[in-house]
Amino acid sequence: MTETPVLETRAVTRDYATSSFFGAGKTVRALKGIDLAVPRGKTLAVVGESGCGKSTLARIITLIDAPTSGEVLINGEQVRVDAGLTAALRRKVQIVFQNPYGSLNPRQKIGDVLAEPLKLSTGFGPAERRERVMAMLTRIGLGQEHYNRYPHMFSGGQRQRIAIARALMVNPELLVLDEPVSALDLSVQAQILNLLQDLQEEFGLTYVFISHDLSVVRHVADDVMVMQLGEVVEYRSRDDIFAAPEHPYTRTLFAATPRIDAARIRARLAAKAARAG
Amino acid sequence: MPLLEIRNLTVAFDTARGPFLAVEGLDVAVEAGEVLAIVGESGSGKSVAMLAVMGLLPDTATVTADVLRFDGRDLLAMTPRERRALSGREMAMIFQEPVASLNPCFTVGFQIIETLRRHTPLGHAQRHARAIELLTAVGIPEPEARMRSFPHQMSGGQCQRVMIAIAMACSPRLLIADEPTTALDVTIQKQILDLLLDLQAQHQMAMVLITHDMGVVAETADRVIVQYQGHKMEDADVLSLFEHPRNPYTRALLSALPENATGGRLPSVDAATWMAEG
Repeated sequence: MTETPVLETRAVTRDYATSSFFGAGKTVRALKGIDLAVPRGKTLAVVGESGCGKSTLARIITLIDAPTSGEVLINGEQVRVDAGLTAALRRKVQIVFQNPYGSLNPRQKIGDVLAEPLKLSTGFGPAERRERVMAMLTRIGLGQEHYNRYPHMFSGGQRQRIAIARALMVNPELLVLDEPVSALDLSVQAQILNLLQDLQEEFGLTYVFISHDLSVVRHVADDVMVMQLGEVVEYRSRDDIFAAPEHPYTRTLFAATPRIDAARIRARLAAKAARAG
Repeated sequence: MPLLEIRNLTVAFDTARGPFLAVEGLDVAVEAGEVLAIVGESGSGKSVAMLAVMGLLPDTATVTADVLRFDGRDLLAMTPRERRALSGREMAMIFQEPVASLNPCFTVGFQIIETLRRHTPLGHAQRHARAIELLTAVGIPEPEARMRSFPHQMSGGQCQRVMIAIAMACSPRLLIADEPTTALDVTIQKQILDLLLDLQAQHQMAMVLITHDMGVVAETADRVIVQYQGHKMEDADVLSLFEHPRNPYTRALLSALPENATGGRLPSVDAATWMAEG
């Protein structure tokens, strides 16, 4: 039995027109036909370098932008972003960005940050909203005393917890994580990755995890999709792709990633000593 | 005698809430021709210590040290003029944001030649020739045409190559690279690190590489210093650091790497415990 994937895209393309002073400019095709499917409760990692189209893809699957052509399906139903979305559909997909300071309003208290999605897309009254915000604060490892504080009073890791909490306030099914730990220190990165893992198990969340860091991808992903210049060059299960990358670009990417390996360090030091001696 | 010797370095910043110690009692020795990696998380003071060596800290910073010597010369006793003559010629520094480090209003050729004019006796034509030679050495294609390019016309990786060309202009004996590849894609990062290591070996130059990336440390360093909140936690050769880390903080940091995860969860790096022990 195959269950309907939470997210599916079929031959999605996206063009950007560059305007020119002298009439029509060039058209850049940022996505060249993307097919993907993410089963419920699983994590798809999207890997690629700058300019590969991974953020364009994020905007399309978060239902912020419409694709130029192709279909986006949520729970098997086609979504037409340009025709308008229902609040119920809007709630199903949420996004967390890389820079938590840039994505939180500096003049809004954390309690209000977290209550806003409820105000916009649910009918809860003030008391119910406050109760849910308090419960969420505790869930993500912050205290209820943080309700009345402003974003600048938190560390980078705490802010990213708040950004994740805001996305989860409306009980989404799909969470798009656009480089969620790239701006964080190693120790904080570990905490956030653990939190994401706990939340996924607890709420049965489905993740699309966009990252350039292969060691993080290897830790979180079920499936891995490698993109280059708007195209998918390789898309397989994590274990397969890390065991034997097939596409030359995937191999280049893997080879360029710094590794901690005592044998490699020994070889490097030996080569250096040989050159010097 | 080490090329760069720092003993008991303390850097304090004046803040509204009194002095803040960014670096406290730090000892560092850099031998001629070695690659030293300084690794730490944000707030560990890893950049501040090297900015103090270069004399690039703002006026709000107070630098004190028992010893701050480059090649036997006392940096603290020098006049600002003498410091400026040394920085850029015998020691040079490159930074994380290559595009922001270059002046957007001048061509890259002009910016390389500026360093040569300041620090070398070369004439006009010789400077131009030397600048092209430097661009070739750092792997910029069509160097003669690129002399006339502005920073915004080049990619981030190419701008970092230009920064390296400027830093290498006077063949320094010490190059400090502060997170030189953090803003770059992984394939470009590899090219830049390879370039830095090639230049380092060719010129037998000492290099201090400031980074937060343990993978970069493993691929480049001879020796490693681990810093945490302004203090030195560990100072070890690269192999011992990864095979037998002595300090509890180093061990915690290494275990937090996703590639070292055993099972599903990552261990938490809990502060305070190693501060007491370390």
